[in-house]
Amino acid sequence: MSAEHIVPVRVYLIIFVTLLVLTGVTTAVAYVNLGPLNVVVMLLIAFFKASLVILYFMHVRFTSRLTQVAAVSGFAWLALLIGLTLSDVLTRSIVP
Amino acid sequence: MADAAATQAVRVAHHFDDAEQQREASTLGMWAFLVQEVMFFGGLFTCYVVYRTLHPDGFAHASHHLDVVLGTINTAALITSSLTMALAVWASQMGRRRMLLLCIFVTAVLGALFLGIKSYEYWHKFEEHLVPGPYFVWEGAEAPTAEMFFSLYFALTGLHALHMVVGLGIMAWIFWMAWSGRVGPAYHAPVELSGLYWHFVDIVWIFLFPLLYLIGRH
Repeated sequence: MSAEHIVPVRVYLIIFVTLLVLTGVTTAVAYVNLGPLNVVVMLLIAFFKASLVILYFMHVRFTSRLTQVAAVSGFAWLALLIGLTLSDVLTRSIVP
Repeated sequence: MADAAATQAVRVAHHFDDAEQQREASTLGMWAFLVQEVMFFGGLFTCYVVYRTLHPDGFAHASHHLDVVLGTINTAALITSSLTMALAVWASQMGRRRMLLLCIFVTAVLGALFLGIKSYEYWHKFEEHLVPGPYFVWEGAEAPTAEMFFSLYFALTGLHALHMVVGLGIMAWIFWMAWSGRVGPAYHAPVELSGLYWHFVDIVWIFLFPLLYLIGRH
């Protein structure tokens, strides 16, 4: 157990500006036709933004390993939920 | 502004070894709650993913009835509120009471702005007969799909807005805690944990915005 890590204000500001820029990029990309890649790009940006918030604003990068495992587990279970559900939905036309 | 809060001693509950362990435990406990929240929203997100996979075109058409400008403004408002929330935690760690109060206040104002814009959007949807139910009117093709999209829109943004309302209540509570000098460098778990909650609600919106507002815009 280490002493509490205090994130400098400069880091918060850098993350904030990055998040705003990425919001602009997401909106701009929506108006460019990339075919099926549109949703992929948007989700990648959303995951990246969420990761920045989790790691820096929520201090998960500087917290204990146990808390890090807990944080990751939530999203891992969500991935299981969506992944296994889609494995049914997407294969219904293939497997009768 | 060095005040009483900066020099306070932290009270350690008897089942903890020290203040550090107490702080770590509270953070872990908050994350256990947030993991539950991920799954709480996760069910609705999964429902969205399934229906969008089955009806991609219908979802794209329905999404065109949402206002991208208002959605973008709301995204910016929430991200800015996350910054002020993070700065509030910093201010409490550094013992800067006045900055802490200001940051909590600005966070709450931005949260209220978000809810105000959201209410305006909802009102617009009522006027356009886009609220699912007996008064739902859809001119184009795939009316049931459009109705499903708006059901998910109201369920997801409604649950999110409910969390924002709770968040505003939490802001009022930690503002009062800070006002009465009960949080400071030694003990600021209420601010830190409220921050975790606020950022989580922000993350939900980071996903809701592209998934609801930005489908098939090109």
